[in-house]
Amino acid sequence: MKQVLSFEKPIIELKEKIHELKNMAEENNLTLDDEINTMEQRLKRLEQEIYDHLSIWDRIQVARHPERPTSLDYIEKLFTNFIELHGDRLYRDDPAIITGIAKYKEVPVTVVAQQRGKNTKENLHRNFASPHPEGYRKAIRQMKLAEKFNRPIICFIDTKGAHPGKGAEERGQGEAIARNLMEMAHLTVPIIAVVIGEGGSGGALGIGLADHVHMLENAMYSVISPEGAASILWKDATKAEEAAKSLKITAKDLKALGIIDEIIPEVKGGAHRDFDMQVAYVDTYIEKSFNYLTTIDRQSLPNIRWEKYKKIGEITE
Amino acid sequence: MQFKSIFYKKKKYASIPTEKAKQEIPEGLVEKCGSCGKIYYEKEWSQQLKVCPNCGTHHRLTAYERIKALIDEDSFTEWDPSMETTDPLKFPEYQEKLKKDQAKTGLKDAVVTGKGTINGYETAIVVMDPFFRMASMGAVVGEKIARALENARVEQLPMIIFTASGGARMQEGMISLMQMAKTSIAVDRFNRSGGCLINVFTHPTTGGVTASFASIGDYHFAEPKALIGFAGRRIIEQTIREKLPDDFQTAEFQLKHGQVDKVVHRHELKALLTTVLDLHQPKGRDEL
Repeated sequence: MKQVLSFEKPIIELKEKIHELKNMAEENNLTLDDEINTMEQRLKRLEQEIYDHLSIWDRIQVARHPERPTSLDYIEKLFTNFIELHGDRLYRDDPAIITGIAKYKEVPVTVVAQQRGKNTKENLHRNFASPHPEGYRKAIRQMKLAEKFNRPIICFIDTKGAHPGKGAEERGQGEAIARNLMEMAHLTVPIIAVVIGEGGSGGALGIGLADHVHMLENAMYSVISPEGAASILWKDATKAEEAAKSLKITAKDLKALGIIDEIIPEVKGGAHRDFDMQVAYVDTYIEKSFNYLTTIDRQSLPNIRWEKYKKIGEITE
Repeated sequence: MQFKSIFYKKKKYASIPTEKAKQEIPEGLVEKCGSCGKIYYEKEWSQQLKVCPNCGTHHRLTAYERIKALIDEDSFTEWDPSMETTDPLKFPEYQEKLKKDQAKTGLKDAVVTGKGTINGYETAIVVMDPFFRMASMGAVVGEKIARALENARVEQLPMIIFTASGGARMQEGMISLMQMAKTSIAVDRFNRSGGCLINVFTHPTTGGVTASFASIGDYHFAEPKALIGFAGRRIIEQTIREKLPDDFQTAEFQLKHGQVDKVVHRHELKALLTTVLDLHQPKGRDEL
């Protein structure tokens, strides 16, 4: 049973009606083609209308959908020979971040990704994709190996944020993210990041300082969760929708602000509705960046990266 | 124990005197320690650099107070003093909040950058001002810090950063988050040219600032009891459903957990920084 989001209800209902009508026609040997055609036309228009006018809140629901494809789903489809590699060599392995080596279009690459669980058990294991310092340290260890062996890095971002916990603070959550940013700054291999679901603040950026940052159409990327912003600003977490609008966290807004490079279109209704098609879309954008970035002289990548981030931030003097 | 205390938890860490508390005292004459309540003449208070002689609490300094306390007289050159945010997201009530803090502090935004000398030693300096939007980092803070690091790199100066921050500035959304990237890359460039980065953590240093330039200095000093951490105490307590120890995320806690090199009393800071700058003089190295 698929979970239905409130904005999809009219579509699902109409689809069910069409389905019933078709069954009825078949069972009773009736010719209802005209009626079915009309309803299918109506469905098309309805889908168009609803999906073209998704509110920010609708998109957030899609981004947080329990059936939304996770990093591992993409990794399985996009790469061959994927070998997951574990541990930061300092403390432990953090299951919230997956790292490994694989081939992308026959070229060896390093993959770094935040991994949500698909059910409660998995989520407990993955800590709901909220990494600890050791997750970031594992990530940077793999990225440095990528540089050593001249492998481009592909990152998938999908986290509510870095884990706010006692151990995380004791082991230097801030330092772990900061060090990743500083080390990623000078890696002489291309870095491509794709925000596939939620991009939660510093926890997302900790593996997201990239040459190209793409975002799925319904994904979100924010400095603070809409709920968190609402409770700070208006002491009222229920005003999250209002906060979400003000924070400018959609792919479209972030493209306009120059924070991300490309918006990766989603299949109608969200990535979970047709995963194969969605993989094809994601593949197109990664491949384009991959082909472009691998032509750039390795040694000039850090400077190009600096120029990219230097520009972000409107000021007057 | 009163009935009220069931509902209102007593604060377990030092808090900053509220506007109301300050107003009780005639301005310019005396200052009251918000921690122990002892009252001092304004002159003594500023001579003590706002450290309470009675309880030792390090009260917050403005950016210019810090610079005055540290930088040799008339040696300070300020960089980018007029840089201002454009309110790029047109965020509700942001303009009003900015104007209020600009009037209160005389600053355009939450950081002062520049160069000067400390006991004759040249250095670049960045001071974040907790009285301006809790020194949260938006485009101006990020840009000024990045530029200061670039200036220091080009002029081959050491850099001292006094960190203080509530984190990334929410009202500038993702632009604020990207300042973490910008400042960290600037630190990286500074580092790779051999620059010496001395970070002094002051109360409070949290969130996106802790997770960027603040945590990647060559030397990490901290003022006593300063709050230093990534996630907020309340969020952590809600997440792990347990009460955190009183000293959680203090400078002393971070010293114990290896994030800070040394906790330094404010009165000893100038001498320490002078020694560190002296140890990094190229001349000293040549003579060896």
